[in-house]
Amino acid sequence: MKLSFRTAGMALYLLALALPIYWLINMSFKSNVEINAGLSLWPHHPVLDHYQHIFTDPAWYNGFLNSLSYVALNTVISVTIALPAAYAFSRYRFIGDKHLFFWLLSNLMAPPAVYAMPFFNLYSEVGLFDTVWAVALAHCLFNVPLAVWILEGFISGVPREIDETAAIDGYSFPRFFLRIFMPLIANGIGVAAFFCFMFSWVEQLLATTLTTVDAKPIVAVMTRAYSAAGMDWGLLAAAGVLTMIPGAIVIWFVRNHIAKGFALGRV
Amino acid sequence: MARITLDGIAHAYGRPRTEQDYALKKLDHVWEQGMAYALLGPSGCGKTTLLNIISGLVTPSEGRLLFDERDVTRLPTEQRNIAQVFQFPVIYDTMTVAENLAFPLRNRRVPKPQIEARVAEIAAMLDLTADLDRRARNLTADAKQKISLGRGLVRSDVSAVLFDEPLTVIDPALKWELRSKLKAVHRALDLLMIYVTHDQVEALTFADRVVVMNDGRAVQIGSPADLFERPEHTFVGYFIGSPGMNFMPAEVHGTTALVEGHRLPLGQAYPPLPAGRIQVGIRPDFAMLSRDGGVPVQVRRIDDLGRRRLAHVTLGSRPLIATVPPDMTLDGSEAAVTLSPAHMHVYVDDVRVEGRAP
Amino acid sequence: MNDKPIHNRAWWFVLPVLVFVLFSSLIPMMTVVNYSVQDSMGQNNFFWNGAGWFQGLFDPTTDIGGRFAGALVRNLFFSLVVLALEIPLGIAVALCIPRQGWQVGAVLVAIALPMLIPWNVVGTIWQIFARQDIGLLGAALNGLGIPYNDTQDPLSAWSTIVVMDVWHWTSMVALLCYAGLKAIPDAFYQAARIDGARRWAIFANIEFPKLKKVLVIAVLLRFMESFMIYTEPMVVTGGGPGEATSFLSLDLVKIALGQVDLGNAAAMSLVYNLITLTLCWVFFTFTTHADQKGEA
Repeated sequence: MKLSFRTAGMALYLLALALPIYWLINMSFKSNVEINAGLSLWPHHPVLDHYQHIFTDPAWYNGFLNSLSYVALNTVISVTIALPAAYAFSRYRFIGDKHLFFWLLSNLMAPPAVYAMPFFNLYSEVGLFDTVWAVALAHCLFNVPLAVWILEGFISGVPREIDETAAIDGYSFPRFFLRIFMPLIANGIGVAAFFCFMFSWVEQLLATTLTTVDAKPIVAVMTRAYSAAGMDWGLLAAAGVLTMIPGAIVIWFVRNHIAKGFALGRV
Repeated sequence: MARITLDGIAHAYGRPRTEQDYALKKLDHVWEQGMAYALLGPSGCGKTTLLNIISGLVTPSEGRLLFDERDVTRLPTEQRNIAQVFQFPVIYDTMTVAENLAFPLRNRRVPKPQIEARVAEIAAMLDLTADLDRRARNLTADAKQKISLGRGLVRSDVSAVLFDEPLTVIDPALKWELRSKLKAVHRALDLLMIYVTHDQVEALTFADRVVVMNDGRAVQIGSPADLFERPEHTFVGYFIGSPGMNFMPAEVHGTTALVEGHRLPLGQAYPPLPAGRIQVGIRPDFAMLSRDGGVPVQVRRIDDLGRRRLAHVTLGSRPLIATVPPDMTLDGSEAAVTLSPAHMHVYVDDVRVEGRAP
Repeated sequence: MNDKPIHNRAWWFVLPVLVFVLFSSLIPMMTVVNYSVQDSMGQNNFFWNGAGWFQGLFDPTTDIGGRFAGALVRNLFFSLVVLALEIPLGIAVALCIPRQGWQVGAVLVAIALPMLIPWNVVGTIWQIFARQDIGLLGAALNGLGIPYNDTQDPLSAWSTIVVMDVWHWTSMVALLCYAGLKAIPDAFYQAARIDGARRWAIFANIEFPKLKKVLVIAVLLRFMESFMIYTEPMVVTGGGPGEATSFLSLDLVKIALGQVDLGNAAAMSLVYNLITLTLCWVFFTFTTHADQKGEA
């Protein structure tokens, strides 16, 4: 089999990507005793203790549930309110449209560190502190502009004649939007939803700042993986491995749309 | 190189079970040096597949391809001494026109003075001399296509130039100019040129020989005159000419054809024909409308195209298109059509049958 | 496209987004502005401080000014280093991604995985990986005789964070470049082969020019995101050793939430935000300008 530069290069890159992840998986199956005893390339006495702990300890599995909750909430909210706005930006000119778009984009690039403290105050005032809603809404700061940006690109790719034809055919606007338009931009909605999911799932600073007990997400729970013997590496590793699974699943399902969406969208 | 030979070339994507699975059905043909050929046919007829087999972008699933006596069937494109012009201009944005033209020669380590001479020569031939120092990306589409062509011509070992619908992105106003330029280059350089198109005007004005293709098959290969006057297949009759040939079901006996109860004289004597669908065909150009004398027809409508007028008539129940002589005026819808016997052709199952002199 | 109808009722469409962003962005920023120009003696007693906090911030001799200047320099240096590594590597990886077949989906998923890992887990992965006692990398480097200690040696700490960021985000550059490369029609490659062009010439004359627009987007995105980095270095080094890896975000969070030094934090927030706003303006201008040029 001819080994081309491309295959070799890609194999090397994938190996480099996989190695640290492998190490984490490796660690998650070792008992703490084995971890502290020394370095081993694979678990000599594999155990499922850490995983068992996570699945049975409410603090841990609630952490996962909380994270999944606010990510789902955020994705739905972001895409829902972004759709009409993206439609407006794409189809209409109105006073201040360029400035509004710019301001929207600037929130995409807002450093979360800047917003940590104000959000802390804000959500405490509103009584949403320590709920999944707080995190879901906070993540809208950058996810809504992102969804608008992506959707606007896709909507602009649909010819305006379709809107006009539907109007002539007697469709009311809501009916047109739901039954005709949305299927046309399904790829775009998928791409937008994917990125909202991704950026909300990976964000940690705001998620930890806005929660303490009830709505603690997995990213926060993991920072408390101490035991009497010091850092509980095995447990930490197991939790880390579990957090990679939702991401892997989502991207597997959308892999074809990503390739298409990247090409069609803003690039 | 004097010629390209197709020896039993056929191509199917995947494993073929029936003849229908072939994108390109078995073809034997010799392309002579110095001639200009057009591959003409509707979309999906296999013309681009054939071009790609000749250029080397596709390896045929069956058959051999020979350049002179050399079997090049599996030889990669860059070793075949051909040039190819695509549907859209392919130029190197970062280079000037001169650098674009010089590129293939630089890659072959040709000495600099020779490169400059050759570039100047080709640029002059294509009217690009004035633009030699401009950035290629700033030029118009037709200039860019000329550069694409120039890059192919600049190598002196090129023996064939292949064109894949090269005028697609050109402004209609400039198409004629570019076509004339291609013809001029052909005459000057005496190269074999193969030109793929779906536009019959392009094909008929450019080519010495036209290969009409349909559904993966080469239906007829001949000069534009041959295709016009003696279509070997009803498809060629339809496709060539604007409007295409008239076809009517008929019974043929000797030198007469029976169409809708009317006896029409034929230009040749035909033996008893094999069983099958029998049709006679005649081009509108050879069916003249007259007030009387000839086959009686009903006139449905007259199209005035400026240069000529076409009459849409019915012969019994069959529609027919005939030419209206310039000085003729019509009243009413009764008229007659004279069908020139020399230009009536007989087709059995869509294939022309040759008769004998009467 | 300048023939869009003027419809001020479009504002109704935009209203939900507007409300949200107002809530999420404008109101918090107002509190920040508020804090940045006031000082308090505790117990919610505020008095006007004018530009006082800002003066301290921009004066490198003060404690806060020194920290700010240091963090800013560190951030700029960090962004430049990771860009210098991620862009060429991303292009190279994009060139290696298969163009057709089942491998395409598999490779895209594999490449994208690092980007979908929660950022603290990325930090954790590298925290473990880099340890000299239980981590493969740390142990291997020390085993090879290279003095590596990411908790005590600034160079090691920096290297770890740089490598971690490259590991984390090169794939994004690669995916963007891949999309750009896919847009190049096959005919260009065929013509280049007929012209006898070598691999490098194909890259320099066909692929790279077509990638330029994508690369600018990639550079701007990566620059801005690396400028805001927080979680990963926080987990791996906590900003240390000492202040060696204290980036702007880390410092800001320490001051704002840790020390609750509201005035300084607010002033720093505003300046930080202004910098990113400027960068965003560059990004916005470039992409919309390029869009218009593309349509011309």
